[in-house]
Amino acid sequence: MKFNTCASTCLAALLLTGNGIAAAAKMPSQEEMWQIIQKQQREIEALKTGQEANTEKVEAAADAIESVDSDKQGSHSTGKVASWIENTQIGGYGEMHYNNLDSKKEIDFHRFVLFFGHQFTDNLRFFSELEVEHDNTEDNGAVELEQAYVEYDITQTQHAKAGLFLLPVGILNETHEPPTFYGVERNPVEKNIIPTTWWAGGIGLNGEIAPGWSYDFAVHEGLDTSAGNNYAVRKGRQKTSEADANDLASTARIKWTGVAGVELAASVQYQEDITQGGDSNAGHAWLYEAHADIERGPFGLRALYAMWDLDGSGPESVGADKQEGFYIEPSYKFSLFDQKLGVFARYNQWDNQAEDSNFDSEMKQINAGVNYWPHPDVVLKVDVQQQDNEGGNKNDNGFNLGVGYQF
Amino acid sequence: MLKRLALLILLLPVYTGSLARGTYQEPDAFLAETFAGTTPEPAVIWLTGKRKDAVKRLLGHRYPSLRIRYWQRGQRSAWILEEIGKDQPITTGVAINAGRLEKIRVLVFRESRGEEVRHPFFTDQFRDARLDDKGKLDRTIDGISGATLSVRAMKKLARLALYLDAETRKQHVTPAP
Repeated sequence: MKFNTCASTCLAALLLTGNGIAAAAKMPSQEEMWQIIQKQQREIEALKTGQEANTEKVEAAADAIESVDSDKQGSHSTGKVASWIENTQIGGYGEMHYNNLDSKKEIDFHRFVLFFGHQFTDNLRFFSELEVEHDNTEDNGAVELEQAYVEYDITQTQHAKAGLFLLPVGILNETHEPPTFYGVERNPVEKNIIPTTWWAGGIGLNGEIAPGWSYDFAVHEGLDTSAGNNYAVRKGRQKTSEADANDLASTARIKWTGVAGVELAASVQYQEDITQGGDSNAGHAWLYEAHADIERGPFGLRALYAMWDLDGSGPESVGADKQEGFYIEPSYKFSLFDQKLGVFARYNQWDNQAEDSNFDSEMKQINAGVNYWPHPDVVLKVDVQQQDNEGGNKNDNGFNLGVGYQF
Repeated sequence: MLKRLALLILLLPVYTGSLARGTYQEPDAFLAETFAGTTPEPAVIWLTGKRKDAVKRLLGHRYPSLRIRYWQRGQRSAWILEEIGKDQPITTGVAINAGRLEKIRVLVFRESRGEEVRHPFFTDQFRDARLDDKGKLDRTIDGISGATLSVRAMKKLARLALYLDAETRKQHVTPAP
């Protein structure tokens, strides 16, 4: 028993001593603690230095990658190609129509248009527009150069151009990509009276007069219409194709866009002889045009009036000494997440022989429909068309479907 | 004909700006104006991971840079960003304060048309704008006829600046060294 008690006591003492020795061995001294801390501090400093070096390397890599994207130097040949590509722009628009009207039931790729532009320097550029109408040049198709001009920035707000360009009249004449207007077909007032799309070769100036005020002025080829066409202005477009330049025309426009979503503009054009001297019974011509183009929030409103005043007994004899038209088009646009749906109605009235008392040539047309934009640059359209024409002009009623895009 | 040409010449520089072609305000001047004369040191936000995807969705394309420099003091941040209108980049300064757009200004306009977007009658529409829960601006911005693509570019840059400002307030953004 004494032996057992002694053994137990000794064992306990040994265990306690062993634990104490182990505990004493684990706990570093103050000096050792200081050494450990200093070592860790050196490791932290090394890590920080390494991180800074890595950050510098990453920044340098990013600089190198971004400089490759913007580098215009490079080797002689690759630098030239890269510069050419960088300064050349391609764009376009197109539209296909389905017309189900009294006059025709037709599917037509009405327009396929490509834009090419090139920036020679910061203030000198070239812009062009090439159009294929009705798919090919057989039947009623055509390949037409609608714009090709060089533009120079005289100052940051004043620009000069020379070449073939769209005339500054109307709403659609300069901006007629399918997603920018309601209705499958372009409105008949601008088509027959402006006459849209109207381009001409010449020289022009445009610029800003004051904040929200801008002007355009151009001297260009004129119309060349004839008695055979009842002096209809649309038939007088020469399209700068060996255009008769005996009598040039001048066009001026003043425009106000001083409130976001609002455009008010007025244009005037003068030409000394609308038949280019080919008809002694015809003389000078004036065009007057004014419009409002408003889009505020979901509400839209377009209204336009245009009138031609033709001099001479020739136009007077068929009532074409006055050709005029107007339209008004309210609209409303709904937002559907990233997409938009617009509804519109338009009343059109025009007359290319407005002064003819023997024949009532006035045309009236109502359009109503929907544009759907699944993307800002793509549009699906549907509209119904109802005419109420006077005299012997037949009504052309029905509906139209269209798909269009721009890029 | 000669009379018309004379008239054309007489209409030359009616209204001219005082800065170099297309430059309406230097970026440094925009920053100094935003921070009352004491511009802070720039920081950098990297367009990586989910942020890169979000920016691509917002702009419709990748932003042409791996990182974007910005300036921040307190609740106010300022951004110098670029977006192509029709075919040239528009350099724009955007100031955000407490999550709302304080001002947006065209600094450099290189396009041949559409420069009406630089005027206050257009840019004032963005004042106090913020992003909604779908990442869109919380209001309709009325456009300018003939400047549709410039308007679109400005709207994208406003959204981008508001998005990036919100991102800078998250913890994992690393300030510039």
